[in-house]
Amino acid sequence: MASRKLSELAKTIRSKNAGVDRITFDVIFRDRANYELVKGSGVLSRASVAELYRIDPARITDFVAYDPAFAIKFTILRGRPSGSAGDSDIFGAQQYAPLLSVEVPVD
Amino acid sequence: MMSSNAGPTLRFLCPNGHLGFAPIKVPSFELGVATRPDFILADSGSDDIGPVPLGTDTSTSPKEWQRHDLEHMLLAARKLGVPMLIGSAGDTGTNSRVDMYVQMIRDIAAQHRLKPFKLGYFYSEVPKGYLQAKMSSGEAVEGLDGRGDLTPQELEATARIVAVAGVHPYLELLNRGADVIIGGRSSDAVIFAAPAIRAGYPESLAYYLGKVLECASFNAEPYAGKESVIGEIGFDDVKVTAMHPDQRCTIASVAGHAMYERSNPFYEYVAGGMLDMTDCRYEQYDERTTRVTGPRFVRADKVRVKLEGSGKVGERYMGFAGVRDPYTIARIDEVIGWAKQQVRERFGEPESAGYELHYQVYGRDGVMGEMEPLRDSPGHELGIMVFGVAPTAEMAEEVTLTGTRQMFYARLPDVKGTAGGVAFPLDEVTRVSPAYRWTLNHTVAVADPLELFELHTAEVGLAAAGSGGR
Repeated sequence: MASRKLSELAKTIRSKNAGVDRITFDVIFRDRANYELVKGSGVLSRASVAELYRIDPARITDFVAYDPAFAIKFTILRGRPSGSAGDSDIFGAQQYAPLLSVEVPVD
Repeated sequence: MMSSNAGPTLRFLCPNGHLGFAPIKVPSFELGVATRPDFILADSGSDDIGPVPLGTDTSTSPKEWQRHDLEHMLLAARKLGVPMLIGSAGDTGTNSRVDMYVQMIRDIAAQHRLKPFKLGYFYSEVPKGYLQAKMSSGEAVEGLDGRGDLTPQELEATARIVAVAGVHPYLELLNRGADVIIGGRSSDAVIFAAPAIRAGYPESLAYYLGKVLECASFNAEPYAGKESVIGEIGFDDVKVTAMHPDQRCTIASVAGHAMYERSNPFYEYVAGGMLDMTDCRYEQYDERTTRVTGPRFVRADKVRVKLEGSGKVGERYMGFAGVRDPYTIARIDEVIGWAKQQVRERFGEPESAGYELHYQVYGRDGVMGEMEPLRDSPGHELGIMVFGVAPTAEMAEEVTLTGTRQMFYARLPDVKGTAGGVAFPLDEVTRVSPAYRWTLNHTVAVADPLELFELHTAEVGLAAAGSGGR
């Protein structure tokens, strides 16, 4: 089956702090078609994201599809609060990269 | 350019989503000012910057950049004769940061010989005794985001606490006639919501207005920071317009912004209630304007105010080393393990000796740590940052120096290079900011929404020199 990378289908893929204890991820599409394609494909789910990031699924606090913005959004608990000694991403801004190459099946 | 439906509207100009963090872009701000907005507003704080500024009571933004933005905003607001509101002064919103901004306002007014105006300001710091008393009386200080209730030990470990204000202190200072408000720590959205609520607009639209404007041009596309946007509130909608000629507020950019920096795109919590964006509707109003309808606001039965607290962990030093030998790269955890062991032999176990030693291995998983999917395929060279934290600077220096230099001596069985296992760009370690941690991400119930905030007003400007008071 043919597939395309998420980075080719989404307009925005980003991560950022949501408060001091969480990082939130936004995957935003320009149009409904690509949004529905990815949403319906199931490649982004609590389970797949937990596997991709090698974390316990219990650390995923939110996972929603947000139709008004053609967006899929999930939030994870940080390993340690932002800016603690040993934290390497105070803003949580560079945690999205593994999402770029997620393969999405297309017909 | 700005058209609107029948009925009066109010227009809010926001030039910066975090005043001082990077300077505003003046041309789009001036375009916004030329449309004669009713308010000029910006938030100046964030908990994004980590716990160190709050703990050490410093700003992360340079004073010159803060003054630059305040000067442009104050001169425009006084020229138009409209209120100017700033929240979370100086990144953290502590008392010293409010005082610093108040002094900047006084200095700018004096320098430009501005006509007298009324300055309102409020403090947000919370004395530990206040929370001790609450806890003693059986009132829990509840944890957010999975944290437990605050314990006396965690309170004791905290250096400084700020309460995150809702609309209440802003409403009260506006009622007292303030032309310019410098706020302590505040929710971003309430700076915008307060004047709209005071003018009689629905709370739902007022808070949504604040939510959509608080990061300025981050709600527009293409991506560009520090450009001005204008929000216009009516009795049944909010419209948001980009001021930069090349930026547009689109359905995608505005709806996308609703979920920025939030766990969830539907709900935004402030002291006194919750903004529900589940049923928001977005439409393209004109080329650069998006119109939003349908937010709801659910008032809380009891007002709970969010608290942010930071506690000191220790003094901190930093070291750095590079690695190029592929054999060493493949065994970098053994190299780090050797160095850690040398520190352990000198000081004992980290927990009992009260130190921390952290390694960030750039080129393998320096950015993402254990979440890095590619940590098993490191690059051809590695950069290793070493951080040592300890109760005294002397100990932190020795922990870090040992933890860095001993990588040079790591004993790998078959290494060809026997003259040193890592490359040092500097054969020394560097003192950096002390390590702090977020000790409070909690809420406390209040009987009076103003009880955590100390309000002041003062006359500023020509002929008002020296006057002031509560």
